[in-house]
Amino acid sequence: MAAAAAAGSSPGSRPGDSPEGPEGEAPERRRKAHGMLKLYYGLSEGEAAGRPAGPDPLDPTDLNGAHFDPEVYLDKLRRECPLAQLMDSETDMVRRIRALDATYTIRKMKNDFRKMEDEMDRLATNMAVITDFSARISATLQDRHERITKLAGVHALLRKLQFLFELPSRLTKCVELGAYGQAVRYQGRAQAVLQQYQHLPSFRAIQDDCQVITARLAQQLRQRFREGGSGAPEQAECVELLLALGEPAEELCEEFLAHARGRLEEELRSLEAELGPSPPAPDVLEFTDHGGSGFVGGLCQVAAAYQELFAAQGPAGAERLAAFARELGSRYFALVERRLAQEQGGGDNSLLVRALDRFHRRLRAPGALLAAAGLAEAATEIVERVARERLGHHLQGLRAAFLGCLTDVRQALAAPRVAGKEGPGLAELLANVASSILSHIKASLAAVHLFTAKEVSFSNKPYFRGEFCSQGVREGLIVGFIRSMCQTAQSFCDSPGEKGGATPPALLLLLSRLCLDYETATISYILTLTDEQFLVQDQFPVTPVSTLCAEARETARRLLTHYVKVQGLVISQMLRKSVETRDWLSTLEPRNVRAVMKRVVEDTTAIDVQVGLLYEEGVRKAQSSDSSKRTFSVYSSSRQQGRYAPSYTPSAPMDTNLLSNIQKLFSERIDVFSPVEFNKVSVLTGIIKISLKTLLECVRLRTFGRFGLQQVQVDCHFLQLYLWRFVADEELVHLLLDEVVASAALRCPDPVPMEPSVVEVICERG
Amino acid sequence: MPKELESGSHESPDDSSSTAQTLELLCHLDNTAHSNMACVVWEPMGDGKKIISLADNHILLWDLQESSSQAVLASSASLGGKGQLKFTSGRWSPHHNCTQVATANDTTLRGWDTRTMSQIYCIENAHGQLVRDLDFNPNKQYYLASCGDDCKVKFWDTRNVTEPVKTLEEHSHWVWNVRYNHSHDQLVLTGSSDSRVILSNMVSISSEPFGHLVDDDDISDQEDHRSEEKSKEPLQDNVIATYEEHEDSVYAVDWSSADPWLFASLSYDGRLVINRVPRALKYHILL
Repeated sequence: MAAAAAAGSSPGSRPGDSPEGPEGEAPERRRKAHGMLKLYYGLSEGEAAGRPAGPDPLDPTDLNGAHFDPEVYLDKLRRECPLAQLMDSETDMVRRIRALDATYTIRKMKNDFRKMEDEMDRLATNMAVITDFSARISATLQDRHERITKLAGVHALLRKLQFLFELPSRLTKCVELGAYGQAVRYQGRAQAVLQQYQHLPSFRAIQDDCQVITARLAQQLRQRFREGGSGAPEQAECVELLLALGEPAEELCEEFLAHARGRLEEELRSLEAELGPSPPAPDVLEFTDHGGSGFVGGLCQVAAAYQELFAAQGPAGAERLAAFARELGSRYFALVERRLAQEQGGGDNSLLVRALDRFHRRLRAPGALLAAAGLAEAATEIVERVARERLGHHLQGLRAAFLGCLTDVRQALAAPRVAGKEGPGLAELLANVASSILSHIKASLAAVHLFTAKEVSFSNKPYFRGEFCSQGVREGLIVGFIRSMCQTAQSFCDSPGEKGGATPPALLLLLSRLCLDYETATISYILTLTDEQFLVQDQFPVTPVSTLCAEARETARRLLTHYVKVQGLVISQMLRKSVETRDWLSTLEPRNVRAVMKRVVEDTTAIDVQVGLLYEEGVRKAQSSDSSKRTFSVYSSSRQQGRYAPSYTPSAPMDTNLLSNIQKLFSERIDVFSPVEFNKVSVLTGIIKISLKTLLECVRLRTFGRFGLQQVQVDCHFLQLYLWRFVADEELVHLLLDEVVASAALRCPDPVPMEPSVVEVICERG
Repeated sequence: MPKELESGSHESPDDSSSTAQTLELLCHLDNTAHSNMACVVWEPMGDGKKIISLADNHILLWDLQESSSQAVLASSASLGGKGQLKFTSGRWSPHHNCTQVATANDTTLRGWDTRTMSQIYCIENAHGQLVRDLDFNPNKQYYLASCGDDCKVKFWDTRNVTEPVKTLEEHSHWVWNVRYNHSHDQLVLTGSSDSRVILSNMVSISSEPFGHLVDDDDISDQEDHRSEEKSKEPLQDNVIATYEEHEDSVYAVDWSSADPWLFASLSYDGRLVINRVPRALKYHILL
């Protein structure tokens, strides 16, 4: 409604029309349109003619009337029309307003176009006039314009010429001032022209001058380039200018590299000086730092500058750079290796690893820059080599520690006898050795572990992830050490001339126990520790724990067997001397047990105590409750022999031996030097077996008088009284001692044995 | 081959047996100057007129006169040194025109030149303990076997005495005897106080290291061609057999001088055991 009102309030020249029903809409509309067109085209005449048939122009309800009052109209509508009609008239109104809008716009456009057309016409006319004028002016100015153009050309030429003529002096000035860049730019600008007009004498002169100056310039640049006092960036500038002067790039490359070489060699020399023979070199970390910042940094700069300057050189240039880097790099590596070699003896791994880390890390930058030179690979190789050497060093260290432990044990074993009092017990010594070795192993593992630490730049290299852990640490270091330990221990068994016995028996015993402990627990503990620390995960086969354990057990067994042999030999020698050096034929009636037998029992007891310190008791056969029971049977048998012996008929020896032979038929053959088990009883049994067998063999080589035989009887009874308790099967002792007495009786021309009761009395007294 | 004279016979003449033929005393070695005679050995080749005897630390060379009724001390040498040195055993080398004798004292082996009675070589610490016996390889010069209380049997090349050529460790007590077979020197017999006799085949250091090299025309038309092929395989040293018939220490072993495949061993209890080389091995060696 408001819009209709607004539209209605504008030029009130709208042709009149009344709101009517939709039935008379079409003719009404047409008429209205005509009216509006009329109104548009012939305002005055329409006004003049008026509209006789139209409604009263003053009617305020006439929508098309000039005096239309919307309020009145609305009032009228509201008052007169029912709702339906009102609605209709509203929709009608809306439709008409829309139509009206369009009509209005078109009318306005028409109007505007017409105006525009007029103006366009006028413009066309004016343009024609202007064109005309312009043509005329151009024609007039043509000549002058040409002259001006020529003049401008001449002017430019003159300026160029002036530049050319001034060039030598400018160049000189630039050169004097050191503004080489400027000079090179001038030269560059003039170059082509001079080249072109060099057939003209004056230009030629200028060119000659320029060439001289340029040569001087180049000379100076090169001079500056060579002086080298200036840093690499300035040098790079020099090279850039020289290149711009058209110097041959290849030569420049060479010169650039030669110069760089000079500087880098200087660095290398200073590094070498640090290596110096006598003054203690700075620590390896400092050394690699110097090398890293000095040489490697320099190399990086050179490489970067080179690549920037001589990028155009293509693969040949890159190759030259790579060769350069390779050569210098290898010299640097040689120095680093020399320095690292000095470090081999040192024990501090952390410093070394840090130094290696820096070294390696530092070389990764030029490695990327100079992939062809393979510096990073070489560096990795060096690190790997050093790591291998470190492993070797640690293995040596462990071996030395083990040998050191052994020396300590030897000293500890030797010392108490001098002091006369009991030193540290064997068990204590064993514990010391075991813990010392274990701590050494752990220390070595920890030290070596640094190589695989996450923060170390080379720890992710395949070598350090795989081979280093499995082959290096586990196999090389730990397994290698355990093996070498076993070997060292075994070497005590095959010491030349066992008789000399430089190895104290206690040491053998201790080593045997050590190896046995390794077999039962330590090896698997150490290997588990190693596997945990170094996540061994590659395909290399590793020595299984069981194999090592078997080796350790074998070593322990051999050592213990050797211990038995050595101790048996000691006692054997005593017995043998005692039998061999005595004149058994002319000996007196026994009154005492011979001292050597007491000594044998004492020594055996001492050995028993010694072994008891390290080995468990072991199992014995059930013993008879009364060991003295045997006494009678021994002598009854020997008495029997005595009864037969005097006659010595040819058949007699057979009869004599019948008893013992029958006895032997039912007893096991005695393996004198047989392997022992890991317990005290077995060890003692072995020793006593060896000793008694020696006694037997020695007795058989002698001839006894009656009292000689009786002395043997006494001695054997004494031994039997004291030795049975040490052995697994006392029957064994009895058997051997019976044999001794029987053998002595056989070697006696007058075998009259002593009364058992007397023997007992003597033994108890002794 | 001269008969072997038991070393103990001089020492203990008391066991004169009644039933056996009485022995006639031919000659007396006057050993009054030297007490214990440890060993008497005949010259292995030649006319059997020379005897070496070992007494304490003296080595005596006797010359039996034509009649073999009188022994003259031809020359002698003695061991000098600290302590009481005593020879325990000696053997006469069948090589070099019988000019060499080897002796054992304690743990040391020594070689002597009978012409000058001077020492030609010395193996210190040949065994860990007492050396009990030694024997020369009858077919291979310079080769010597020794045995001792360390339960080992060692084979030596007397031209290089720093290391034994081979060591056997099969016995579990003192080895009292070692004997090469007279004709097939790969067969070595040892007797020990562990009551065992061990027959070893030491073919690698024998005079026939590649087995018996038979000429083609030597092959008899017997059927055993397979064993002939076998002999061309590389041969290994091994223990052929361990004889455990003895109940007590074995103190003597020796080969028959009549049959090379027969040997005897004697133990403390008086048992004498005669054994034969296993037939298979015999054929293996022969064919």
